[in-house]
Amino acid sequence: MVEEIGTTEEGDLIINVGPQHPATHGVLHLVITLNGETIKKVEPHLGYIHRSIEKMCESLTYRQFIYVTSRMDYLSAHINNHACALCVEKGLDVEIPRRAQVIRVLMDELTRIASHELWWGAMAMDLGAFTPFFHAFRERETINDIMEETCGARLTMNYMVPGGLMADLHPNFQKRVKEFITLYKLKINEYAELVTGNIIFQNRMKGVGYLSAEDAISYGCSGPTARGSGVSCDIRKLYPYEVYDKLEFDEVLETEGDSFARYMVRIGEMNQSIKIIEQLIDNIPDGDFQAKTKVVLKLPKGEFYSRVETARGELGVYIVSEGGTTPYRIKFRSPGFSNLSALDHMARGSKLGDLVAMMGTLDLVIPDIDR
Amino acid sequence: MWSFSKIADLVHQSLNHTFSPTLATIIEMVIVGVCVIGLFAVLGLVLVIMERKVSAWIQIRLGPNRVGPKGMFQSLADTVKLLVKEGMTPSGADKFLFNLAPYIALIVAMLLMAPLAFAKDFQMWDLNIGVLYVSAISSVSVISILMAGWSSNNKYSLMGAMRSGAQIVSYELSAGFSVLSVVVLAGSLNLNTIIQSQADGWWIFKGHIPVMISFVIFIIAVTAETNRAPFDLAEAESELTAGFHTEYSGMKFALFFLAEYVNVFIVCAIGATLFLGGWMPFHIGHWDGFNHVMDYIPSSIWFFGKTFFLIFLIMWFRWTFPRLRIDQLLNLEWKYLLPISLFNILLVTAMAILGWYF
Repeated sequence: MVEEIGTTEEGDLIINVGPQHPATHGVLHLVITLNGETIKKVEPHLGYIHRSIEKMCESLTYRQFIYVTSRMDYLSAHINNHACALCVEKGLDVEIPRRAQVIRVLMDELTRIASHELWWGAMAMDLGAFTPFFHAFRERETINDIMEETCGARLTMNYMVPGGLMADLHPNFQKRVKEFITLYKLKINEYAELVTGNIIFQNRMKGVGYLSAEDAISYGCSGPTARGSGVSCDIRKLYPYEVYDKLEFDEVLETEGDSFARYMVRIGEMNQSIKIIEQLIDNIPDGDFQAKTKVVLKLPKGEFYSRVETARGELGVYIVSEGGTTPYRIKFRSPGFSNLSALDHMARGSKLGDLVAMMGTLDLVIPDIDR
Repeated sequence: MWSFSKIADLVHQSLNHTFSPTLATIIEMVIVGVCVIGLFAVLGLVLVIMERKVSAWIQIRLGPNRVGPKGMFQSLADTVKLLVKEGMTPSGADKFLFNLAPYIALIVAMLLMAPLAFAKDFQMWDLNIGVLYVSAISSVSVISILMAGWSSNNKYSLMGAMRSGAQIVSYELSAGFSVLSVVVLAGSLNLNTIIQSQADGWWIFKGHIPVMISFVIFIIAVTAETNRAPFDLAEAESELTAGFHTEYSGMKFALFFLAEYVNVFIVCAIGATLFLGGWMPFHIGHWDGFNHVMDYIPSSIWFFGKTFFLIFLIMWFRWTFPRLRIDQLLNLEWKYLLPISLFNILLVTAMAILGWYF
């Protein structure tokens, strides 16, 4: 436990960034030891938004607990639901209809784009450029509108349930997704002009926040954070679920390991997601959107684990069942928590302004870290 | 024709006619003071609404649109809000310096208005060392920022103030050198003489590429000097919440805010005066017809038009670029801008001696 006020014995300044601070995008508390502008140590303090979701899940049935998980990583609510549904389905040993599988993948990828759009805007704002935020939200709103039509919600979707989907697609879905793809392809060039190619932006990002592949593995980083360091860890490729093994897409890898590499990975991932959506949007098979399941779900005694790739990295769901209607224990392996742990290692020796940029490229969602 | 200078002369004559010369001078000074304060307030309101509208336009949104026609009275409403807000002084703060700092920022901005020529023959103080006066007074503004940061008893404020100190002191050099290039060409420190020397063409056109380089350096340097993005490290809201004015609230905050905007106006006015001919109309060689049409536009419109064009440019920067890091900021000044402006001033001097300008 460090002293949270004043200075250290060596005369270093200790400042508290957060829990209320514009750079932390939530209630993250960082205790930073500074020597002038140079960072000597960063210590994240968690727990300000802890809602004991894991404990709550233990008293909810297998149909109910999925709704709570939308509140974990609120930017990829679909994918959280997906991971839980997959885990319960594994326990029930049901095969879900192909239509449901395709729609799940479509929703996952739309969520990924929406999440990366928000990350892009928020990260530019961290660097002091306000305008990209509004441009990113223009496209993100389009996705939210699509979601709203089908799921009835814009943030906490609760669309994927054990056995398939809550409801069938809205008739407008295909048309509007195609419209979105057209819009996206038009606007992605604006992103490059406004931010990616900007000399100030590149100077702020390149060579900053270096994370080697070894460190990325040892800190348990996943998702774009690890892929920016050249670690191949895309669950969609390595442990394919649903229809991902039948799709053509690339795992975006960069080897530099700096902030700019992580940035480019996310930009590349958005393009890959568009590629996946384009492959599926005209090929949604007919059929049921839900498999036949019992009204009250009971998982057999045992342990079940499923993992998916969220917008931030690997989300693991671990269920221990005693054979009842509620799980005995649930554990979520959230990507944000592990990614945050690498922050101290990355930030040491760099300037205070760069810390904000690094946090931006880690794409931290605090409710995902605290749960 | 109606003009500011005629009104000023009329007031001067009527005052001297009714009162003794001493009293007339005192009354004139009071009138000028009231005018400066009035201009200060109006500029604050206009520039804030302008910034909000420009940013809204760049950010594909509407901006303020509720108070008054097209939201034009929004900044008035904000002013009322700031006036009635409690101005808190944090515990542990140096009360005297804390309360003094915003007023220094304000006074510096007001003093800088003195040598500006707002229209033809309309100037508060025709100072023969106008350029020197402006550079000297504008460097005092760093004291108010350091004072505010130090006395707030807040680490964010202190860091913002230290950043700002390093930044303003560095960029003063380039700004000074770029201003000097015009002074060398015009052969005078008097702002009025500099404007008169541009009667046959503005310095940015007459001075070839070297003066254009100085102009670009000047714009970069004054953006940094006024702590505007992309050089807003002193505020850097994503790093330091609000930098040196984190602890200020109510009207004391508003004074800093006002001073920032008025400083932007002043540096742009100086830029317009030195490089774009101040109130001089735009003339093209021997196109007499065109030149006559240009002469019909009042000189004050020329001055404010050029100034607001430069202000728009600086606002455009703010809403487009990301912020620099502190070491990059200082590198830019000491490794690039300063050597370039040193070399540039040599070129300009050679040009002035050899008469290689129009």
